[in-house]
Amino acid sequence: MESSKLKREKDSQISDELNELRMESSELKKARDSPISDESYRRSSFPDEVLERVISLLNSHRDRSSVSLVCKDWYNMERWSRTHVFIGNCYSVSPEIVAQRFPKIRSVTLKGKPRFSDFNLVPQNWGADVHAWLVVFAAKYPFLEELRLKRMTISDASLEFLASSFPNFKALSLLSCDGFSTNGLAAIATHCKNLTELDIHENDIDDKGGGWLSCFPESFTSLEVLNFANVTSDINFDALERLTGRCKSMRVLKVNRSISLEQLQRLLANAPHLTELGTGSFSQELTPHQYEDLESVFNNCKNIHTLSGLWEVKGLYLPALYPVSTHLTFLNLSYAVLQSDELAKLLVHCPQLRRLWVLDTVDDKGLEAVGSNCPLLEELRVFPADPFDEEIVHGVTEAGFVAVSYGCPRLHYVLYFCRQMTNAAVTTVVQNCPNFTHFRLCIMTPGQPDYLTNEPMDEAFGAVVKTCRKLRRLSVSGYLTDLTFEHIGRYAKNLETLSVAFAGSSDWGMQCVLAGCPKLRKLEIRDCPFGNAALLSGLEKYESMRSLWMSACNVTMNGCRLLAREMPRLNVEVMKEEGSDDDGRADKVYVYRSIAGRRRDAPSSVLTL
Amino acid sequence: MEGSVAYENDLNLKATELRLGLPGTDEREEQPVRNNKRPLQEADEKCGANGKSDNETAPPAKAQIVGWPPIRSYRKNSFQPKKSESEGPGIYVKVSMDGAPYLRKIDLKVYTGYPELLQALENMFKFTIGEYSEREGYKGSDYVPTYEDKDGDWMLVGDVPWEMFITSCKRLRIMKGSEAKGLGCGV
Repeated sequence: MESSKLKREKDSQISDELNELRMESSELKKARDSPISDESYRRSSFPDEVLERVISLLNSHRDRSSVSLVCKDWYNMERWSRTHVFIGNCYSVSPEIVAQRFPKIRSVTLKGKPRFSDFNLVPQNWGADVHAWLVVFAAKYPFLEELRLKRMTISDASLEFLASSFPNFKALSLLSCDGFSTNGLAAIATHCKNLTELDIHENDIDDKGGGWLSCFPESFTSLEVLNFANVTSDINFDALERLTGRCKSMRVLKVNRSISLEQLQRLLANAPHLTELGTGSFSQELTPHQYEDLESVFNNCKNIHTLSGLWEVKGLYLPALYPVSTHLTFLNLSYAVLQSDELAKLLVHCPQLRRLWVLDTVDDKGLEAVGSNCPLLEELRVFPADPFDEEIVHGVTEAGFVAVSYGCPRLHYVLYFCRQMTNAAVTTVVQNCPNFTHFRLCIMTPGQPDYLTNEPMDEAFGAVVKTCRKLRRLSVSGYLTDLTFEHIGRYAKNLETLSVAFAGSSDWGMQCVLAGCPKLRKLEIRDCPFGNAALLSGLEKYESMRSLWMSACNVTMNGCRLLAREMPRLNVEVMKEEGSDDDGRADKVYVYRSIAGRRRDAPSSVLTL
Repeated sequence: MEGSVAYENDLNLKATELRLGLPGTDEREEQPVRNNKRPLQEADEKCGANGKSDNETAPPAKAQIVGWPPIRSYRKNSFQPKKSESEGPGIYVKVSMDGAPYLRKIDLKVYTGYPELLQALENMFKFTIGEYSEREGYKGSDYVPTYEDKDGDWMLVGDVPWEMFITSCKRLRIMKGSEAKGLGCGV
């Protein structure tokens, strides 16, 4: 966490320098164009070498984008010095275009499917296959070192191709991807001699057994980051133990559920320098002697600042973690079924916590403990343990949310799943914590009003956008009228991502958002009464956005066709339901800007208009 | 129950039919709730057809909306059922307390650990248990919780892991006074 803060400070210093340079440069241009030019302006005070040097220090891709827009010289200097490219929508550009513009890329981040694919709203074979990219990279970037994919499809064949095409390959991160099996992982383990990072996180993997881990050769020692927490099948523990033993630089290790407490203890004994640990299942029956061993090994791990895993955790063994708890800045208990008193006892030992993820089994009482013990907390995520069971009466309520806000004034990121909420509570929360940048509230019954007053939740989200001026991401829920969206359009001037479900009264709501939020980049809407008028009111807006998703709304095929016709640089894709007629409702619409034209790999169920 | 039974016109059986409900109210049953769980107020008729989003033909009321709540599937598959909801008969054991006129019975499955169980016993019999330590048993109180295990031995509550305890506990006894001291201290 600290190093990224440092980076941001450095980046902002560089941004300041750049702004000065930019002003200089534009003054220079003005001077050149004006008939009377002063002597002193003929010579630039910043020679090219200095400019190149400054630009090459830039890390933020947004800063780099800004830099490249200043003038042709800057554009060229920037493109030759860029080593990492971030592509937020793999269909917005083609791999050939990327390779042509940036000749020296060593690290690529690619994102594919719309976010609602995480919730099964996107058909299985929709696209976002990475293979075409890999082929181009193999030709143009033979020295590629890092590949980070999110919501892309990658096959075993692609993984094998990756493993054999890039001799310098160092880091592979797959988040929310699909299309591959553990055989693909085996190929990576076998062939990537310089691998430092293998981060396989929350993917839809075809599990063909745990043999892949044993494919790391005995001579292989470079691994620093290994995350296989969500790769479920049993791996060979001896192979893992030897691997962690010989990879002396390992700093991040997140194992899966098959690893027992006793095995964990043995792994940690070999890896005391870990900074991030994901435990396996934390529930073995331990003898007192084994428990002492566990405690002492945690005592030796002075550098762990991030802890996760803890599946099937037994509250009884949590005290073994106390030596580590004092340094923790990020604690992910979202797989641990803990009750409020168990959490409270643990949190007493976690005063440095910045980020906490929990299950709602901890109840409001558990959240009170959060408020009492974690004054430095910046991020809280509360996940539902039983999201689909309506009989459940437990979980967290508005009371827990308010309790946290009183104790944690630095809170700026919240994801909160609950079954009841009130306008008053949300208003209090944002008064206590006015610095929210990410506010994601999910009242789990669609369209549910304030449970005390039975009013819409408009006032709540109005308070959020009025009070939290730095808000960048907002997810709304509950019973909402157009008033909520009027508020958002009027006040949420920094909003970049908005998620809406089962809300709004008419087209006017969506129109307010499209007209009022200048920085909007991603808008995802489902099950709302917004129709063609709303869709078309954003005609010019969509080119400044990454994407728009609308499903189960009132948009028709004709509305989509009109949009596609008016805006040729947008791809307007409609996902057809089986058996629906062609001229009726457009059930799922995905609109995104692209300089690559319409995509050629769309399945038959996706129509590009 | 739909009102689909045919009634003979002339017998007017309906008038004399026995049913629940106030006299004069109509029996007309509502259709099973729409699967989309929209709010009842201002149900936007246009969006009423939400139900067609991939739901199977619904058994009444409990069918789920696709992709709602927005939880990723790897999280859904990650949990065992919560202990308090696990099916099967409870583990009922008798609880006796020295000096109490009658015994009680509790279901051990309801509790998730020793602290909860001891709290429940304290509430039930209105007494306080001391602090547990492995070396010295329960200090600070005249009462000591014990249990009879499968072998017929009387054991101190808290020595073994919880799961092992609930499967081996046959009955509980809260000992008091001198008898308790003998068992509780450094045997």
